[in-house]
Amino acid sequence: MSTAQERVHLSHEHALRLLREMLRIRRFEEKAAELYSAGKIRGFLHLYIGEEANAVGVMQALTEEDAVVATYREHGHALARGLPMGEVMAEMFGKVNGSSRGRGGSMHIFSAPRRFYGGNAIVGGGLPLAVGLALADRMLGRSCVTACFFGEGAAAEGEFHEAMNLAALWRLPVLFVCENNFYAMGTALAESESNLDIAAHAGVYGVPAEVVDGMDVVAVEAAARRAAHAVRQGEGPRFLEARTYRFRAHSMFDPDLYRDKAEVEAWKERGPILKFHDWALGSGLIHESGVEALEKEIAREVEAAVAFAEGGAWEPVEDLTRYVSTGDEAAA
Amino acid sequence: MSEMRRITYREAVREALREALSRDERVFLMGEDVGAYGGAYACSLGLLEEFGPERIRNTPLAESGFVGAGIGAAMNGMRPIVEIMTINFSLLALDQIVNNAATIRHMSGGQFSVPLVIRMATGAGRQLAAQHSHSFECWFAHIPGIRVVAPALVADARGMLPAALADPDPVVIMEHATLYNVEGEVPADGELAVDLDRAAIRREGTDATIVTYSANVMKALAAAEALAGEAIDCEVIDLRSLRPIDDATILASVRKTHRAVVVDEGWRSVGIAAEISARIQEQAFFDLDAPVERVCSVEVPIPYPSHLEQAAIPQPETIAAAVRRTLRR
Repeated sequence: MSTAQERVHLSHEHALRLLREMLRIRRFEEKAAELYSAGKIRGFLHLYIGEEANAVGVMQALTEEDAVVATYREHGHALARGLPMGEVMAEMFGKVNGSSRGRGGSMHIFSAPRRFYGGNAIVGGGLPLAVGLALADRMLGRSCVTACFFGEGAAAEGEFHEAMNLAALWRLPVLFVCENNFYAMGTALAESESNLDIAAHAGVYGVPAEVVDGMDVVAVEAAARRAAHAVRQGEGPRFLEARTYRFRAHSMFDPDLYRDKAEVEAWKERGPILKFHDWALGSGLIHESGVEALEKEIAREVEAAVAFAEGGAWEPVEDLTRYVSTGDEAAA
Repeated sequence: MSEMRRITYREAVREALREALSRDERVFLMGEDVGAYGGAYACSLGLLEEFGPERIRNTPLAESGFVGAGIGAAMNGMRPIVEIMTINFSLLALDQIVNNAATIRHMSGGQFSVPLVIRMATGAGRQLAAQHSHSFECWFAHIPGIRVVAPALVADARGMLPAALADPDPVVIMEHATLYNVEGEVPADGELAVDLDRAAIRREGTDATIVTYSANVMKALAAAEALAGEAIDCEVIDLRSLRPIDDATILASVRKTHRAVVVDEGWRSVGIAAEISARIQEQAFFDLDAPVERVCSVEVPIPYPSHLEQAAIPQPETIAAAVRRTLRR
């Protein structure tokens, strides 16, 4: 249970691990954007670029037995949770070797072996699910944590409030992680919330909440470890609000007309990879040669993931109606 | 045949719940007022004392929240039975039912099943007006990925729940609110679980087929009795399952009688009767001696006064009139 301990131990290896995980997401998504333009990936593609510290930081506090519920902006969570990069890329291609056999695409990545419960594209829709996962864990006597990620836009949904109340009322082991990037698609927080303090929304249900700098991976990890530890101790749900920013548009269809360019640039200067890289180099935790080696290793992994996706088969149209009901898995 | 015993529809549901809770530790009941109150229709009365508050789990008024929690618990090793007080309130949980319960198996490429049972009361006839009396069965029956059943007989109220719990996918059980006090027969012993797939012929006949489900099965049988006095011999089919629909039983009957009347408490437009009618005409057009008739609810929100409410929904008289039309009598 070493990864579930309460404090961050920032060794050379751990610092490299944090940087590697954030860079894997960044390089994977840069390639995904390129492949989107090339027509290899279609539909909605919501990039996580700029927000990597949140998924990577929180995952450090989870064990293999824990569960994860994510949103439609979940490539980063899937990769940080340990889904093979090739399977995630193949899913976005819509190939049968994708993590959901291509049936879900970018917004619906699932993995039973990694207890990764999607990829939910209804804002707020994953929160009640997380409550149920945690309820089952508790009724079955397991000491697992369910980490539930969502954006600040979800705080305006009824399901957010219903789930928060249920989790608090039943003292369930849920770690709610609100990734507050200040825009629900194109709507600024101030236009959608009467109370801009999202953490306070959890507070009214008696769920202890903490605000953390979502651009600082070590701060996120530390806060997540504290919160996960409390949840694991049976203290009921915890809530983290990670203040963060997406550097790219909402999706590939979004011309990004609603944000001030200067605002975007200011956040980029606080980018989670840039900031951690510079800090870790400056403090001697990592070395430039190590970073170069990392970049090469990740470039190879991304290349292999693309090759895996390219090499995947298309599901035959004859199999269209499979996976609707149990028992229809066998080919028609 | 084993011996039969008489119990009410409500007792049948309660007995099925008790049996499920006793047989399988993973089963729990969750919903509004299922605990100390005993359920809005008293189906779970006494179960709290027997099984405790963890397994007879009262919820806040948060349909989307507790249905979603049921889905999550089902995906994670439990066998939840979620009670929604009435189908009218289920609209607040449609997001979870349609966007999660029905889709997760497919979206995950078959990795996750949702073995969830949702029970809800439906239908008109108790002067509860337009927010407690509607029949939205067709909305659910429209959705691939969920099974929808509607017990009309007490034996089905008793036997559909264990069958639904044995299904690895989501099952919605529609219990008509006017049936809870009705008495009927169930086998005295042995396995009570029933087949969920097949429609049942509740009355055999040769002149016309009446296809219906839920409480209207009794109205159709009353119409058939009345018509027997006019030497019209009706066959009455209880659909039992609204998704999937058992075409074979319907078509075999229509090929015998050459006439069909579909009765549905839902509104006429774009409903279950429209669906059944289309299936008959697609697959048995040349067997028909008359156009398929529909007897449905009038296109109005269900009114409060009894005379208007009864005028809005199918009745034995309107069913009988439709049968006569197919026979040009």
